[in-house]
Amino acid sequence: MSTVTSFDNRPTSVEPKREGGPARWLKAHLGLLPTFAALLIFLAMIVYGEIAYGRILQASTVSNLLINNAHLVILAVGLTFVILTGGIDLSVGAVIAFSSVAGVLLTNAGWNPWFVIVLMVLIGSLFGLISGVLIQFFDVQPFIATLAMMFLARGLASMLSTTPERLADESPMRGLATQFKLVDGPRVNDLVITPGVIIAVVVVLVAVFLLHRTRFGRTVYAIGGSEQSSTLMGLPVVSTKLWVYVISGTLAGVAAVVYTARLGSAQNITGIGWELDAIAATVIGGTLLMGGAGFVLGSVVGALVLGLMNVLITRDGGIRPETTTIITGGILLVFVLLQRAVASRRRE
Amino acid sequence: MTAPVPPAPVPIVEMKSISISFPGVKALDGVDFRLFPGEVHTLMGENGAGKSTLIKALTGVYRIDDGEILVGGQSRRLTGTADAQDAGISTVYQEVNLCDNLTIGENVMLGHETRGRFGINWTATHRAAVDALEKLGLGHLNPRQPLSTLSLAVQQLVAISRAMVAKSTVLILDEPTSSLDANEVEGLFAVIRRLRDQGVAILFVSHFLDQVYAISDRMTVLRNGQYQGEYLTRELPRAALIATMIGKEVASLASLDSERAERDHLHTDEPILRAEGLGRKGSIDPTDLELHRGEVVGFAGLLGSGRTELARLLYGADKADEGQVYFRGKKVDISTPTRGLAHKIAFSSENRRDEGIVRDLSVRENLVLAVQAKRGWARPLSKRDKDAIVTKYLAELNVRPADPDRPIRNLSGGNQQKVLLGRWLATKPELLILDEPTRGIDVGAKAEIQEQVAALADDGVAVVFISSELEEVVRLSDRIVVLKDHRKIAEIINGPGVTADLIVNTIAEEGVPAGADAAWSTPADREVSE
Repeated sequence: MSTVTSFDNRPTSVEPKREGGPARWLKAHLGLLPTFAALLIFLAMIVYGEIAYGRILQASTVSNLLINNAHLVILAVGLTFVILTGGIDLSVGAVIAFSSVAGVLLTNAGWNPWFVIVLMVLIGSLFGLISGVLIQFFDVQPFIATLAMMFLARGLASMLSTTPERLADESPMRGLATQFKLVDGPRVNDLVITPGVIIAVVVVLVAVFLLHRTRFGRTVYAIGGSEQSSTLMGLPVVSTKLWVYVISGTLAGVAAVVYTARLGSAQNITGIGWELDAIAATVIGGTLLMGGAGFVLGSVVGALVLGLMNVLITRDGGIRPETTTIITGGILLVFVLLQRAVASRRRE
Repeated sequence: MTAPVPPAPVPIVEMKSISISFPGVKALDGVDFRLFPGEVHTLMGENGAGKSTLIKALTGVYRIDDGEILVGGQSRRLTGTADAQDAGISTVYQEVNLCDNLTIGENVMLGHETRGRFGINWTATHRAAVDALEKLGLGHLNPRQPLSTLSLAVQQLVAISRAMVAKSTVLILDEPTSSLDANEVEGLFAVIRRLRDQGVAILFVSHFLDQVYAISDRMTVLRNGQYQGEYLTRELPRAALIATMIGKEVASLASLDSERAERDHLHTDEPILRAEGLGRKGSIDPTDLELHRGEVVGFAGLLGSGRTELARLLYGADKADEGQVYFRGKKVDISTPTRGLAHKIAFSSENRRDEGIVRDLSVRENLVLAVQAKRGWARPLSKRDKDAIVTKYLAELNVRPADPDRPIRNLSGGNQQKVLLGRWLATKPELLILDEPTRGIDVGAKAEIQEQVAALADDGVAVVFISSELEEVVRLSDRIVVLKDHRKIAEIINGPGVTADLIVNTIAEEGVPAGADAAWSTPADREVSE
């Protein structure tokens, strides 16, 4: 039998490991670059805020950042799954509106509040499932399928009610927004946490486990790399893509519960444009819109970047709040360009 | 012809009278196929013979209409790649089907990751990947490197490792060598032999005859979706194999003599087009070529030999990455079809449906398309000019029905081809390249097109004529350029004694066949012989 020695002196073969050095490490992990950049921007914003306005790096600000953005983090996690496969989900904002209006109405109608919470989550799952079925079995573009779901959910929410529906203060759902003091700081500078934040943290941890420690997660990345190859490798592409949309929908339901609990009311116009915020968070966090590369933790950082930006603009007082979207757009553009640069470097 | 191989022990795969139909085509018609453990079995046949269809039936991509597939003696209904993999059948495709956003190790182990209490155990998974790679002599690869850092050849071996991790007993290699250089092919073959000795059944598909003879133990030949026979490689000479593939007995091939009298080619004049070392990486090796006025030059070779690729370079449909082209002695740049057209070169593609006709436009619009393109959109043809062109060519080429307003998709293939020919003739080309102008059209139209080609040459146009039908090439050409494995291997001046058989032998043996010295010259000594 002949031996395969000729591969060792192939010029195009892998370079030996001994070159070493950070440059080489970075080259092998170019995919991490956008996520690092997001982290860097986040830290820079904190430093800038601390210097310019002060009182950024303190317990109460951090607590508020987490509490006010828990729902966005949950949405961004869901979209990370979808975008990693190369898809998109535009329905999540509208699903939140429908789920929360329905939830508040049913609670006020005297249904068991815990049952209602489960139902709110399941409403999200159902919308995700329908999107997934449309995409997978009826060959509808993800953009179009989820756009249809977005209109459907928004319309259903408006049919239920067009005025803000208040949730009774004593409702157990509001308990999810109860603030627990972890650290009792001086004056109002306390580190507080809500069950909503804990839910977000659990969602993130489960997502990290799913994506990096299960075959399902690896299939998600593989589909994003090449759906055709994944099919030819015998991976369960169909079921995985279905699950991805179910996960995104379900997390929209979870976000609806967390948000409704915090606000204590629901309205049919809630969540307009939130799907875009979540997509922006995901992209800023380093997930490639083409799929196949990115990290859940990056999306969390992306969501917090958006949240912190709002805080800084509020603190400044001189910046008109309307400019928030312009700044978001600017940051997004920078990150998309960064991704393109990384992608072209990779191709070399 | 050799006798069929006597049955050996137990085949791991047995396909019995498999039939698959697509709308209007019977892609496979009662094909038998057997694959034994520990052998390399080649599937031979020209493009469209049904090789890929058979492979796709075996990998569960296509459902079979009729017949039975036995894997390990058990009848299986394969419903998809995953299902075929469960049955132990893995495929490595021509374009490597791995995910280049993942690492080497992830690709090898995808779907087979080692799992522990906390989900995937990456340390163990990467160790398993290294083990699998080591078995193919790739132990030096770092499984944590991105796949994209590897050359295509090594990626292919990674794909094979992956198939072995899936515990495959049957490995299908579909055109694995088409983008590898000679060294890389050697490496791949070493791996194939290693696996064969371990008892893996390997189904190998390649257009390269030399490689097929180097690696395979047995072959099954298909033609037009039909089973032609199963042979031991050592018992089937190349000429016999080619004859089986293209469907002519060697004897009958030999009897077909050239019908074209040797003509005076006026080779003293300057060639219309001269190519020096014209080549493009991965499609055709550097080639020298001269084309003269009033001469029909046939390109002969099997499908995939590089004949279409060379023609595309001459027209500028593909961009050459080396070599020069001289047009009437002047160095020119033909890197785009527009430039080709400007130098009065016309190219009619072999792919009539996708690169030829515009289906929904009328015959009239299809006819004037190239003339209009040549004039540029700023100078539209007048209605009178259009009508003149249309009337002239519909009559000259005998297009039926002669209705210029009918959508071209409603015409028969032969008449579509005539319209295409007319489209290029209307540009008054000095060099006309016809790639498979007679494929899939009826006998009558075929004869008419052949007559047109001869008439054009008499009018002083240089014609390059490409056809899979060697008889046709021999009948029409003044000179025949023989191509094989993306290389020009010979140039034959047509005349008495030149037959399709001679060309088959040339391709098979790649040497000067005995008894043909007078008509034969290699590119190097051609100048001397003239």
